[in-house]
Amino acid sequence: MKEKFYRSIKIPAFIIAICFTLFVSCKNQESVKPEIKDEKKAIQKSDSIKSDKKVEEFAVEAPPFSDGIFPCMDCHANFPPKPERRILTEWHEDISGMFNHDSENRWCLDCHDLKNRDYLRLASGKLLDFKESYKLCGQCHGEKYRDWKVGVHGKRIGEWNGKKEYFLCVNCHNPHSPKFKELTPEPPPIRQEDIK
Amino acid sequence: MKKGNSRRSFIKNVSLATVSTIALSGCGSKAFEDFLQQNFRTLTKKEKDEIVKNLELKYKEQYGKEFHVSDEGAIDGTLFGYALDLSRCVGCRKCVYACVKENNQSRDPQIHWIEVLQIEKEKGIDFADSNVQYNPEKVPEKGYFYVPVQCQQCRHPQCTTVCPVKATWQEPDGIVVVDYNWCIGCRYCMAACPYGARHFNWGEPTVPAEEINTEMHYLGNRPRKKGVVEKCTFCIQRVRKGKYPACVEICPVGARKFGNLLDPESEVRYILENKRVLVLKQELNTQPKFYYFFGI
Repeated sequence: MKEKFYRSIKIPAFIIAICFTLFVSCKNQESVKPEIKDEKKAIQKSDSIKSDKKVEEFAVEAPPFSDGIFPCMDCHANFPPKPERRILTEWHEDISGMFNHDSENRWCLDCHDLKNRDYLRLASGKLLDFKESYKLCGQCHGEKYRDWKVGVHGKRIGEWNGKKEYFLCVNCHNPHSPKFKELTPEPPPIRQEDIK
Repeated sequence: MKKGNSRRSFIKNVSLATVSTIALSGCGSKAFEDFLQQNFRTLTKKEKDEIVKNLELKYKEQYGKEFHVSDEGAIDGTLFGYALDLSRCVGCRKCVYACVKENNQSRDPQIHWIEVLQIEKEKGIDFADSNVQYNPEKVPEKGYFYVPVQCQQCRHPQCTTVCPVKATWQEPDGIVVVDYNWCIGCRYCMAACPYGARHFNWGEPTVPAEEINTEMHYLGNRPRKKGVVEKCTFCIQRVRKGKYPACVEICPVGARKFGNLLDPESEVRYILENKRVLVLKQELNTQPKFYYFFGI
């Protein structure tokens, strides 16, 4: 009789035990849940979340000039400036050869200054140091320039909330042939069937 | 009946005792300590620091180098977000290997946290017809676009809800992490992840000592062991120190953007507000913090 009684309460007891365990473990889970701040609320008052670190931005070094090409006036001082549009055959053939930057409509002196070859020239006539070439690019590519200034076009390295270095247009695009060059891809992943 | 029972229980007890003695004598006290370690989230700062220190010693012994293992928590007021410019990615896979190196992924058997899918432009984002094995001389190939996929750091991560032991969870800064000491290797999370972003160590992972990255985080790139799951952590060891993830820094076309979603002046916020943005498998309501956008 007694044995029967035990047997009859065994199953309900087992169920109660399981329920209790689940209850306890759920409670535990509750307590270790991370406190993710309410994102929407946080975004609403996000003006106060601006990083306290001061964002500092630096330009990376522009790519070097070809050997012995700068300062340009070392040679150009000896030549009278010729403003007529033509294809260069005696000098800078490498550039004439690759030139592919709206080549139908443009040539050297649309960006380089006629009189002082050590400077670039904006459409307004203002002379521009080679270090600020992005301003020249921005004359035509305004939308890209706008995105680049906020770090969305182009590349930045460093700290996401602090000191960062930004790449100039000319670090990635050859100004005379700006289309991005094709790259050799890294090897593909090993196929599942080839894994030993 | 009673007699039979006692013999059975005697044999059971003896064999249990033998097994446990063998098990205990087989491993040193360190391994035993490891075995008794609690879930990372329930540990106090002091306990964490001690565990981290022990790990540094262990790795030094193993690899013969100085290691720095961090247990740094989330920075207040940060929610990390990522944006990837589909109009720029050329499929060069530089991010894949930069990630392997930074995060000490196993070289053999190979584990990649990032997979780059090549998809025909005509088909649009169609995973069924995508190809990760593409290997032409030069990329990008005409008529194709590229979609790198890694952990999408969902706001509603399914992988964490299915974990039977709570070995994986979302940190306050939004990064979904795994405690490799607590993971039992059941791979439920891999089944739950709709992006194939979790990877299992089927074999003992190998990382050459000369290539190992010694800057580590407990929840990130420290060496894993056989039988645990791992995934992208937005380079937790870098981003919690303010640095960009390794994939952002290597990308030769500048397609990868990273920042704090709570900071209105961050690059990712600018993208969300000004560009055309999409997330993968939006219909699943996982709410990724990894956005794809068109920069052009």
